[in-house]
Amino acid sequence: MKFSEAWLRTWVHPPVDTQTLGEQLTMAGLEVDGIEPAAPEFSGVYVGLVQQVDPHPNAEKLRVCQVDLGQGEPLSIVCGAPNVAAQMRVPVAIVGARLPGGHRIQKAKLRGQVSQGMICSAAELGLAESSSGILSLPADAPLGMDVREYLALEDACIEIDLTPDRGDCLSIAGIAREVGVLNRCTVRAPAIEPIPPATEARIPVQVQAPEACPRYVCRVIQGIDPRAETPLWMQERLRRSGLRALHPVVDVTNYVMLELGQPMHGFDLAKLQGEIQVRLARAGEALTLLNGETLSLEPDTLVIADQERPIALAGIMGGAETGVSTETRSIVLESAFFSPHPLMGKARRYGLHTDSSHRFERGVDPEGQVRALERATALLLDIAGGQPGPLLEIASEAHLPQPNPLHLRRSRIQQVLGVELAEEAIEDILHRLGMALEPAEGGWQVLPPSGRFDLVLEVDLIAEIGRIHGYDHIPTRHAITSAVPQSLPESAYDLHRARTLLVARGYYEAITYSFVSPELQRKIDPEQAPLALANPLSAELSVMRTSLWPGLLQVARSNRARQQERIRLFEIGLRFRQAGEELHQEKMLAGLALGSVYPEQWGSPKRTVDFFDLKGDVEALLSLNASLDRFRFIPMPLAALHPGQSARIVRGDQIVGHLGLLHPALAAELDLPESTYLFELLLPALETGQLPRFSPISRYPAIRRDLAILVDQDISYDQVRDCVLRAETQWLQEVFLFDLYQGEKIDSGQKSLALGLILQAPSQTLTEQEIDASLGKILAQLREELGATLRE
Amino acid sequence: MMNSSDLGIADLQARALADIQSAQDLAELDQVRVRYLGKSGAITAQLKQLGRLPKEARPQAGRQINQAKARIQEALQTRKEALTQAVLEARLAAERIDPSLPGRGQTSGGLHPITRTLVRIERLLSQAGFSVVEGPEVEDDYHNFEALNIPPHHPARAMHDTFYFDAHRLLRTHTSPVQIRVMECQRPPIKIIAPGRVYRCDSDLTHTPMFHQVEGLLVDRVLSFADLKGVLYDFLTQFFERKLDLRFRPSYFPFTEPSAEVDIQCVICGGSGCRVCKQSGWLEVLGCGMVYPKVLEQVGIDPEAYLGYAFGMGVERLAMLRYGIDDIRLYFENDLRFLRQFGSGGKP
Ligand SMILES: [Zn+2]
Repeated sequence: MKFSEAWLRTWVHPPVDTQTLGEQLTMAGLEVDGIEPAAPEFSGVYVGLVQQVDPHPNAEKLRVCQVDLGQGEPLSIVCGAPNVAAQMRVPVAIVGARLPGGHRIQKAKLRGQVSQGMICSAAELGLAESSSGILSLPADAPLGMDVREYLALEDACIEIDLTPDRGDCLSIAGIAREVGVLNRCTVRAPAIEPIPPATEARIPVQVQAPEACPRYVCRVIQGIDPRAETPLWMQERLRRSGLRALHPVVDVTNYVMLELGQPMHGFDLAKLQGEIQVRLARAGEALTLLNGETLSLEPDTLVIADQERPIALAGIMGGAETGVSTETRSIVLESAFFSPHPLMGKARRYGLHTDSSHRFERGVDPEGQVRALERATALLLDIAGGQPGPLLEIASEAHLPQPNPLHLRRSRIQQVLGVELAEEAIEDILHRLGMALEPAEGGWQVLPPSGRFDLVLEVDLIAEIGRIHGYDHIPTRHAITSAVPQSLPESAYDLHRARTLLVARGYYEAITYSFVSPELQRKIDPEQAPLALANPLSAELSVMRTSLWPGLLQVARSNRARQQERIRLFEIGLRFRQAGEELHQEKMLAGLALGSVYPEQWGSPKRTVDFFDLKGDVEALLSLNASLDRFRFIPMPLAALHPGQSARIVRGDQIVGHLGLLHPALAAELDLPESTYLFELLLPALETGQLPRFSPISRYPAIRRDLAILVDQDISYDQVRDCVLRAETQWLQEVFLFDLYQGEKIDSGQKSLALGLILQAPSQTLTEQEIDASLGKILAQLREELGATLRE
Repeated sequence: MMNSSDLGIADLQARALADIQSAQDLAELDQVRVRYLGKSGAITAQLKQLGRLPKEARPQAGRQINQAKARIQEALQTRKEALTQAVLEARLAAERIDPSLPGRGQTSGGLHPITRTLVRIERLLSQAGFSVVEGPEVEDDYHNFEALNIPPHHPARAMHDTFYFDAHRLLRTHTSPVQIRVMECQRPPIKIIAPGRVYRCDSDLTHTPMFHQVEGLLVDRVLSFADLKGVLYDFLTQFFERKLDLRFRPSYFPFTEPSAEVDIQCVICGGSGCRVCKQSGWLEVLGCGMVYPKVLEQVGIDPEAYLGYAFGMGVERLAMLRYGIDDIRLYFENDLRFLRQFGSGGKP
């Protein structure tokens, strides 16, 4: 809502400057978005009278005017405007004047004729976007008066950003009330008297939807002057409120809407058939609006209609066919109360948002229709004459918002706000806000003014008291430290430790959008049907990710395009997978690594990251809250990964995640290097871990024995290790792989594994015989289960 | 009086000491030792010849030879120590390195600035007794809007540019639905924060379709707007690590009453006015209010017996103010040159 400060000050005139007024409004919840001068800087422009207009001797389109400024000799001014005429009063920029933008008026010769100034258009004075001719001032404009003074341009346009609950402030009247409350000063509304009818002319009205339109008020006015023009003062107030002057009827209804907050509409009586109906649209009905758009109406849309067809979208916009024009001589002025609820969302559905719908959706004063109509009638009669008919009002009391008296308890005010206020202060605030008070148990019975749709519960009144008292005057109470320790499950997966671990291993955290391109997603995760947005911003961001890999791959690509050769990324976030009717939103930890395993550095050879580097990182993540022994890495082809270099991570029969090399075909397609590795962990699967469990430490020496065995190439290390652990359960503390060999020195179908075995007994030093017996058991088991042989 | 053997031993000693001094390494020094003190060394030979001297001359000659031997041994020892020291010094000198050469191994990566900020917010509020909870990002209309007192077509909905999947499901537009989900299954006292991603169908210079919020909720028997002011004042002061002026501006959220927007004194210009605060000296960082009784009722908490306060903050904005980031879109481009500035600052 934008308004003129000077206009507001005709209602309420607090002794504060513009800046302070703005701060007051902001701190009362009517946030000021901007304050701008009503007109740009200019000087040296006065009211002049065009006495005489002569053709320019050397230019067909120019005229030479004699302009009287009320004193001294008339000025001779060359003017090119088509509308210049004798007896016109106009703004004259004299020699030495400075126009907006700094343009200085000098004595000049135009095609040989001296010009002692310039007659200005509204646009040249910064009062309009564009003008087709010079600005015509009223006949009573005093000659020689400074135009800034005459047009009262020392004014500010204040724009406030109102929250949706404050529909009551969408008018000068509403803002004036707030300013009056904040400054404790009187608010003076213009006197509005009932207009006695001059004729008996009326139009029949049928309200068929009283729940949507509980009050409909209208009046016929006949014989208005089609050549009447909206007075400059009204044009200026409209302009400073962001509206353009169009037609006296339209301007008056807009003016009253801005002044009192009641949207109105004027129909051309000559174009109406029979009567006015307020009803729901019928299937198949269409309506062409004032903005030229033709709508086919939905049956739940409230319309104003005549006998034949809809003539307006109720509370939103009038129809083109019945609108006022320069031919209009008789009108029907409408002032109605449309209930907020039935109207909500209707304008939006038709892609419309008007000053009228904005107000009705938020709620206009249900008691304000008659007043607004009388006000508009009076203004219109002043401007365009005419004979008013009687005022017609159709109201359905049952459907009008009922008064909602609220019980306000003194104790509750203190409970909610945390401050104790004097009773008089509370009463003063409520009175000034227009509420009626009566004493009631422990406080008051409060009746809010009609039109305050936001005051529904007691706490709404308390908020009003807090707001007017000032939030800054409510104390700041510092909490006493909470003494209750919070739950801290120690074996739970600590995500922050996981992040820190990855950071220590050279990974950067990325945060990518949760919606991705369906094409990329299909390549990565073709078996999942992703959840698609109904209204995506773009096709690239149109489906919910079923994996975090598409996002990470995109980030890797864009970074490679910026000459980054070594990339390590991780992300934590939800993936969205549909399983039948159900949507699983699962938190994932995913990572990507490509390029060299270490940053390029001196004194160590460069090596590209491989599967086992990545596995090392994943194992570190897994062992944060559980023993690594519990996890298995099982070969498992996945669409996105190299079938021979990928694995599923499981714990028992639970899938924990995946890792592997990006499929070479995908790498080529995405223009990523062949050594791009990915992992993902399903965080809910890692949630439960184990607490560390102490076992006694032996005081006797540990013995290491190495074993080099040959096995079939298809036998996995896990099989070997399991076999060893099963074979010797008494003294074997640890088994590890320290060499793997496949090559010329052994059979082509075989591989050689070098195992380190650590043996130790809890209460004795192992003898050579005992050790040999252990090794014998292990070898025998390996031979039997896996066909292993000792490598000589 | 002096005899020839006297002269012999003195001469021998002088020569031995000279030889010791000129020995250049331990091997050479050992040769000198053998030459004089070895089994067939010159001094040893002198001692063997003592027996040939007259009986009365023997004691003096013996003393002289032993004195010479002791002097030579002492000189040998001194020279040995000197040479050993020199060897060590030479080795140390040869083994010198340039400690300014770069260290090797993995360099650290870094957390995303949003996470860094979230962790900071979570830690500060955890200290104040708030526990962290999370909620779904694909939400239903009920939790995102209706339970928060935002019925269909309410004008407040127009302020949330919502991504929809169908008539009921949407991407949450704020973290406030987590309030509802927690209150549905937990009884007061409730003291939680809910950090997470939120989504609005909006993308331009100052908006990204996804961003992060942290929601806070406290429901208890005794609680007021003054307490809300207190917790936010303390939180923001600690977050920015400086004393700040705060401004609580009345505002509107359908699920709180009274409601406020919280402005902090501009951390860029200190309140004198700059581009970031649009010359106002204030920066809006938070929305808050007392939980609306209808919201409590909806989840079966008696609004007469309990009061609540709630607050919500935009993480991107807080991170921008704290680290001086000037473009919100940088957060989701994940340019390593950007991310590195919040991590180790290390090499690629
Ligand atoms: Zn600033």
